[in-house]
Amino acid sequence: MKSKILLGMSLVLMIVSLYLVFIYVPTEESMGIVQRIFYLMVPMGWLTLLAFLVVFISSILYLAQKESRWDILAYSSAEVGFVFTTLAIITGSIWAKPIWEVWWTWDPRLTATLVLWFIYAAYFVVRSFAAEESQGARLAAVVGIIGFVDIPIIAMATTLWKGLHPPLIIFQEGGIAPEMLLTLLVSIAAFTVFYFVLLRQQVLMKNDESKLRILKTYDS
Amino acid sequence: MRCLRKAITIAWKDVLSEMRTKETISSVLVFTLLVIVTFNFAFNTGQEVMNLVAPGILWVTFAFAGVLSLNRAFILEKEENCLEGLMVCPVSRETIYVGKMLGSLLFMLVIEAIALPIFALLFNLAVLSLQLMVITFLTTIGFAAVGTLFSALAVNTRAREMILPILFLPIVAPIIISAVSASGLALSGEDWGGLASSLGIIVAFDVIFLVMSYLVFTFVIEE
Repeated sequence: MKSKILLGMSLVLMIVSLYLVFIYVPTEESMGIVQRIFYLMVPMGWLTLLAFLVVFISSILYLAQKESRWDILAYSSAEVGFVFTTLAIITGSIWAKPIWEVWWTWDPRLTATLVLWFIYAAYFVVRSFAAEESQGARLAAVVGIIGFVDIPIIAMATTLWKGLHPPLIIFQEGGIAPEMLLTLLVSIAAFTVFYFVLLRQQVLMKNDESKLRILKTYDS
Repeated sequence: MRCLRKAITIAWKDVLSEMRTKETISSVLVFTLLVIVTFNFAFNTGQEVMNLVAPGILWVTFAFAGVLSLNRAFILEKEENCLEGLMVCPVSRETIYVGKMLGSLLFMLVIEAIALPIFALLFNLAVLSLQLMVITFLTTIGFAAVGTLFSALAVNTRAREMILPILFLPIVAPIIISAVSASGLALSGEDWGGLASSLGIIVAFDVIFLVMSYLVFTFVIEE
């Protein structure tokens, strides 16, 4: 029942946000149609941070209480977050090409997202190279905690670094138009609900996997 | 204070074993010099360009040399089961962390102290300024703080030392960025005010990660 509600909400919000992004919102004057990627990119970036926050909190709880459900939550959130981080980098890159003629630019946000991508990757590497499951969970929890604490410092360092050079992103001066703000908020809401749908899927799948493993040991 | 003395004893153990074999310092030092020379082949240009890329080359070299020497911190412990021996000692896990961190810090500082003048020689740069030494010292503390934690983590996995760079480099990326920009400013004669923001980030990183690693270390080495 809960999953049906969540899925339904996600579907509705996605359709509404698609309408808003492609039909309702007026085209931005300096960047043209391509600017609409912005309504996809900002939710991706936001979800990257949200997913990592969930990893952080569940990792702390896992190390404190040693209950496997926190580890499952952390692992699932890391998986979903990793996908969104990859998409954030890809959409950022797609946006960059028509605007600045280059596929990649070392702009603070893109650079910070790239570093975050590597921290996520390290999370999975540690998990797969651990000697056993529980040790992998424990070590990955440590990576999740350290990685999240690093995020504000990465943000500060990349902003300062690029502050020495002329800024490459020039956002609309004078704030953001109300239609754009609405579209942006609905997009963010749609993707956040979608994140929870995916997270729930992963958690349920992992719960089933662990039940299966227990059954297999009884079998042999 | 007794904890600090115990930590210093652990660090001293590492220093003693290194002084007897000299295996780490010599190999990492040669590696450092080779990296600097290889970079020189990579950027075969005039002095002005060299001045621009010198801070970057310096810090890439120190980052890789740091990874190499940090790996050593726990590999030897794992091989001879010394880590279990350390854990059985009446010292807290955090003290083990501080001791290993101090040992690694000392090794990296010694290597950097030898590499910096040679770097100055090869690149015709005035690297022996106080500013550069302070930047190097602070950044190395950050390397040691995070690197010791991750080195202990890495040796507990199947892939051992190969995991350390994957873990280490993304996390210290911000202080590498800050160290490179601060070094660049220092080499071009900027005063302390201009360095303040970059140094601030490095100090913040050091403090935050010394505390975090201290708190989290016990989860990494427990069985």
